[in-house]
Amino acid sequence: MLTNTLLLALREIRRNVLRSFLTILGIVIGVSAVIVMVTIGGGATAQVTEQIAALGSNLLMIRVGQHMGPGQTSAAPSFQIADVHAISREIPAITAAAPSSSQKVTAVYGNANWSTMATGVDNEFFKVRNWTVQSGRRFLDTELRSGKAVCIIGATVVKELFGRQAPLDNKIRLGNFSCQIVGVLEAKGQSTFGSDQDDLVLVPLRTLQRRISGNKDISLIQVSVAEGRSTDKAKSDIEYLLRERRHISGSESDNFQVMDMKEITKMLTGTTQILTTLLGAVAAVSLLVGGIGIMNIMLVSVTERTREIGIRLAIGALEREVLLQFLVEAVVLSSFGGLIGILLALSASVGLANLLKIPFIFNPGIMVVAFLFSAAVGVIFGFFPAKKAARLDPIDALRHE
Amino acid sequence: MTMTTPVQKERHPLVELQGVTKVYGRGTAAMQALRGIDLRIDEGEFVAVMGPSGSGKSTCMNILGCLDTPTEGKYLFKDVEVGTLNRNQRALLRRHQLGFVFQGFNLLNRTSALENVELPLIYRGIKAEERRSRAGRALAAVGLSDWEHHTPGELSGGQQQRVAIARAIVTEPAVLLADEPTGNLDTARSIEIMELLTAFNRNLGITIIMVTHEQEMAQFAGRVVQFRDGLVWADKSNAEVY
Repeated sequence: MLTNTLLLALREIRRNVLRSFLTILGIVIGVSAVIVMVTIGGGATAQVTEQIAALGSNLLMIRVGQHMGPGQTSAAPSFQIADVHAISREIPAITAAAPSSSQKVTAVYGNANWSTMATGVDNEFFKVRNWTVQSGRRFLDTELRSGKAVCIIGATVVKELFGRQAPLDNKIRLGNFSCQIVGVLEAKGQSTFGSDQDDLVLVPLRTLQRRISGNKDISLIQVSVAEGRSTDKAKSDIEYLLRERRHISGSESDNFQVMDMKEITKMLTGTTQILTTLLGAVAAVSLLVGGIGIMNIMLVSVTERTREIGIRLAIGALEREVLLQFLVEAVVLSSFGGLIGILLALSASVGLANLLKIPFIFNPGIMVVAFLFSAAVGVIFGFFPAKKAARLDPIDALRHE
Repeated sequence: MTMTTPVQKERHPLVELQGVTKVYGRGTAAMQALRGIDLRIDEGEFVAVMGPSGSGKSTCMNILGCLDTPTEGKYLFKDVEVGTLNRNQRALLRRHQLGFVFQGFNLLNRTSALENVELPLIYRGIKAEERRSRAGRALAAVGLSDWEHHTPGELSGGQQQRVAIARAIVTEPAVLLADEPTGNLDTARSIEIMELLTAFNRNLGITIIMVTHEQEMAQFAGRVVQFRDGLVWADKSNAEVY
């Protein structure tokens, strides 16, 4: 009986190709919108995760203050260089502890000037961030100790100030002093949120403190944990040590934060995931609207085909056969819409991923869910019109003009 | 299909109405369409039903076609009382025993002649191959072999009615009910249709009950039943009428 019903439904859909197409358009759009949103969102999240993973899974970031939510941090005293030394001396599980402090500056070379971030670091920075100097060299110990006017610049700064010229050994002006370029960092590209990781100038920490910020503060300590040692243990050890050094009593909460990869990932992907969920929900609503579209057309179709239903009933179709025919018609239509939507979404996702420069991640789960959902839409919204058709009185239906 | 002629055959009652009444509506708005009909039609008969509009002949046809049930009285189809059957059981009775031909042809639009004729066979669950060959034979029997793949829109009225007749006889029904089958056709086309019906009645032994307004068409039947005011007013064999 089901094959017969399927045959009848397919014949009916073929009889009205244009109307069938218009009927499923809502479902096509709904399904593809949901899939595109989820796929692009997934790609963005994956990109963030990948970038964080590139930092190394054993990285801990120690920041001043508590992260209170997006962009809000409670005020607290900065770290001092003695804190960094204490961490590397007393926590055996770590391989490197890199202090840093940043300040916005304008870099000038000849006629070109460029507003960028000056970050004071020592050579540990390259180790914990897994970042190499492409040409030139790292800082010398003497330069670090004496706070000499030397710098290592990022790829974006090279591009903006020097164009195609070789930057090494030239002098650029940072704020009120000029410094010599001793190295160029390898390019890392854009991060997910559009911030350019290569837009920075590295100077020795002491140089930054003396010549730019004018204080001895350190805002960030990055620590890498030795291979095979527990990051959780290192994290709690550092927390214990810093509480002691910062004289925080038992009942007070921390005025600093030690973040491991999980927390950094969570912080950075949080926004993306909220957006994905929100857009996905909006897309799901369009799927619902698509379902209502199907119900609408099926109801019109029942009225329009009243006489035909009368013929079928007179010939001897059972109530449940007419019901099933209309239901199968709705389900075939909506699943067909789902399939087209999936194909459309795949090509749109690939295109959009290219455009937004995020990875395209094939997600078979969401395809299956979207397809099943579209079929379910057919059942739910096809049932009422089908019931209406099946209940018709054959005599009235045959008389219908 | 057996090749018997009604004259040679021993007659069995096929359908029988006993004191059938039909009332539409209730109370003061009630309309009595049938006021007590007794009618027996035997296997192999060709009966013309005549009468002015409002005489109850359409109501009677609906009851005979198992599309409607009597308010009072009994309708026996092959000794089964149709009034006691539910909607689905009546649908199955129609599927297996009855064929319908309507004044307005009532074919499915945008569907080929062959697929229209196949329709009742689909509901009978007959396999595709047999379905196609039987539908093809039925179309050949009404002289439309060359028109199998044409849709109703591409066929003349006479041709459409012949497709409808093919659809009605493809299941080899016990009874063919025709409701003014020539009402929308010119005289030449009407006579062709009547000749086809007569042939199916004579050669295949299909019982035919046909409503008509036209004396000329009623002449093809062996018996004429006249309705007036919800009652059978006259019931004569054609020899007596003409």
